[in-house]
Amino acid sequence: MTTLYDCLIIGGGPAGLSAAIYASRAKLNTVVFEKSKIGGQAAITDDIENYPGSMEEATGPKIVKRMREQAEFFGTQFIMEEIRGIDINGKIKKVVTNRWCYEGKTIIIATGAEHIRLNVPGEKEFIGKGVSYCATCDADFFTDLDVIVVGGGDSAIQEALYLTKFAENVTILHRRDKLRANKCLQDKAFKNPKIKFIWNSVVEKIEGDGIVEKVIIRNVKTGELNEVKTDGVFVFIGMKPTTEIFKDLIDMDEKGYILTDENMRTNVPGVFAAGDCRAKLLRQIVTAAADGAIAAVAAERYIEELEC
Amino acid sequence: MVEVNKDNFDEVVKKEEKLVLIDFWGPKCEQCLALMPEVEKLEQKYADKVKFCKLDASQNRRLCISLKVLGLPTFQLYKNGEKVDEISKDVTIEKIEEMIKKHI
Repeated sequence: MTTLYDCLIIGGGPAGLSAAIYASRAKLNTVVFEKSKIGGQAAITDDIENYPGSMEEATGPKIVKRMREQAEFFGTQFIMEEIRGIDINGKIKKVVTNRWCYEGKTIIIATGAEHIRLNVPGEKEFIGKGVSYCATCDADFFTDLDVIVVGGGDSAIQEALYLTKFAENVTILHRRDKLRANKCLQDKAFKNPKIKFIWNSVVEKIEGDGIVEKVIIRNVKTGELNEVKTDGVFVFIGMKPTTEIFKDLIDMDEKGYILTDENMRTNVPGVFAAGDCRAKLLRQIVTAAADGAIAAVAAERYIEELEC
Repeated sequence: MVEVNKDNFDEVVKKEEKLVLIDFWGPKCEQCLALMPEVEKLEQKYADKVKFCKLDASQNRRLCISLKVLGLPTFQLYKNGEKVDEISKDVTIEKIEEMIKKHI
């Protein structure tokens, strides 16, 4: 017989893990689905200086490992399967994975966001061959080599700073003439002798023989094309929500972020959203964790009302 | 899984007649670490047809670059010592199994 879970949580990043801790601690029968790695983006972020309480030696992997252990301690079950679809019409909600169909009273969507790609020739071909979206995963390969970081926001600058521990030269390529990253990160970047900047420029093409060797860049003000030799291209030009499979089922904004009220309720009763996949001002571990906690409590209330 | 490094690569991979799967991983690659137990299960399933190897990229950087691997996780498949297929980055256990099935 199929188990009827109280709470089906889709996504194992900080939002999903926090929801799992609160839900399973409240004795809800809880399961977390994660297709690749527990921890989401936090698992591939090296330094985490701004999560309250995390100071010395706080790295993303360490924080999420503890979150997972905490959820497991309270009884959360983890399933490493990829979600193919959901059925949210009836009182019993369904989550269909590549292997099974799971049933639950509530669903918490915590699928997060993913890196936007450049969409230029050579990008796809050189993924794993010099094009990367994860400095903590791949920085080792570029020890004493030259890399380009594309972007000017917090994550671009943070990853560029991380890469200076390995690479010989880090060039930040940004389409504007100033950075968007916070002041503290900007100061660190401007002071770092390994970091150079190319302003007002975008990548047109990535080229190489089997591995990345150079990029063609275009100055957006003059239209001038230039060739820059490099061994790696790290892309951090922004995020998009991982919500494609919920399209037309749940209300979203024009960018695909899920709309909720302040209690994380979507327009569908019994379906909640938490973390980076949700339309909101600030997408950080601290806000993801807060969303998850609220979603779990809202799910618990919903179940109580359903059963009385 | 057989540990591959620069010293035994030719012996373990190049001279093998069976299909060889190499799991390029690193201690800091969370996705690699999460995949590994699943890959070990695949090894049990395909042990008679495929030799399963793992290569710690953090210890074999030059070998990786010579094999044109500059990102994790990456899985390469060799047949008669020649690379016949490869997947990188958006790797799931299903994709690895599909790749193996395509070549056995």
